Amino acid sequence: MECVFGLVGDGFALVAADSSAVNSILVHKSNEDKIMILDSHKLLGASGEAGDRVQFTEYIQKNVHLYEFRNGIPLSTAAAANFTRGELAQALRKSPYSVNILLAGYDKDIGPSLYYIDYIATLHKVDKGAFGYGSFFSLSMMDRHYHSGMSLKEAVDLVDKCIVEIRTRLVVSPPNFVIKIVDKDGAREYAWRETIKDAEVPTA
Amino acid sequence: MARYDRAITVFSPDGHLFQVEYALEAVRKGNAAVGVRGTDVIVLGVEKKSTPKLQDSRSVRKIVSLDTHIALACAGLKADARVLINRARIECQSHRLTVEDPVTVEYITRYIAGLQQKYTQSGGVRPFGLSALIIGFDPYSGAPALYQTDPSGTFSAWKANATGRNSNSMREFLEKNYKETSGQETVKLAIRALLEVVESGGKNIEIAVMTKEQGLRQLEEAEIDAIVAEIEAEKAAAEAAKKAPSKDS
Repeated sequence: MECVFGLVGDGFALVAADSSAVNSILVHKSNEDKIMILDSHKLLGASGEAGDRVQFTEYIQKNVHLYEFRNGIPLSTAAAANFTRGELAQALRKSPYSVNILLAGYDKDIGPSLYYIDYIATLHKVDKGAFGYGSFFSLSMMDRHYHSGMSLKEAVDLVDKCIVEIRTRLVVSPPNFVIKIVDKDGAREYAWRETIKDAEVPTA
Repeated sequence: MARYDRAITVFSPDGHLFQVEYALEAVRKGNAAVGVRGTDVIVLGVEKKSTPKLQDSRSVRKIVSLDTHIALACAGLKADARVLINRARIECQSHRLTVEDPVTVEYITRYIAGLQQKYTQSGGVRPFGLSALIIGFDPYSGAPALYQTDPSGTFSAWKANATGRNSNSMREFLEKNYKETSGQETVKLAIRALLEVVESGGKNIEIAVMTKEQGLRQLEEAEIDAIVAEIEAEKAAAEAAKKAPSKDS
């Protein structure tokens, strides 16, 4: 029941993901951060097999860093997306990763961009995208309300509308979501949308 | 002697590995490099031999970053350096991936030295012809560190060291003039050591400063020229002070 979705606005890109870590009927935690900050201006929101998700995204992150050290400049968003897709494709007919990815980035010359990369190494450059059961609801909401060049307020409102739909219409909907943003000032956490807060641990 | 210097894997009767010693000769022919450890900065300096007019000097970086908190300068065969630097950069990221922690300066020095040693004990290969000066801040204690490796694969930590051309003169100067410094004083000490053996001027020196907060920063030519001017002024003042008392006698 993992949900990841994202969209491109005016000079920025947003990625939202649920934050539940579930194993069968047990909820391990409700504040798992599934949106990795790849480098100063890239975000990687991932959903899928828990082990694969962490292993694969960390592997991509370290390789992106290595490129930057080797070449003195960071990878472009398109290059990072193609690299990620290439790694998925290589592993696909050997030992595939079960990870779906939305890669958002900001390049100085191009502006914001969003890439849809699914577990069988499909790569699409998109304005809006979503994965998981939640995608049925978030994609419909975005189809209705999205337009290119949305302001940050409009985009966050749309994200909140999607979250409301997921919460009301998905049978076992995740309680909490994290929203991260990337723009000319870099990639960073924007907000959490929580309905369940972990209980305060009493101090001894 | 001719029979014992071909293959790296053959000791000579008096216990030398000639190939390793010849590699050290290659280092001695390389451009001068100096490293000085301060209390809050570490400075690396290298001699820049005159760049050919048509060459884009920005593509020849002699002081490189291995990670956000580690940098390296070397003297010797630059092509060998490229290979070692690439392996070290991969190891820095690999370490972060497997143990979720950045490398310590000692770890990555040990790794580079280990690589250099491997190539002194294999058939059909030759040692890396370079000595590396590795600087960085310990990610946990925040302490600054300077290490040196050589073609034989030995490494050790230093407060200040030099390698490459005329390294002995630079090391003598450092031994005479080293004291605990911080910030700009450390930069000046490194430049003064380099100026002992290198023609004066920002065109012939490349300096990089590593701080804990900002990582590695390469100094601009104008900045280096300014510090060189300061140093020359101090030298001139010292000379004048020495001459003045003898005039009154």
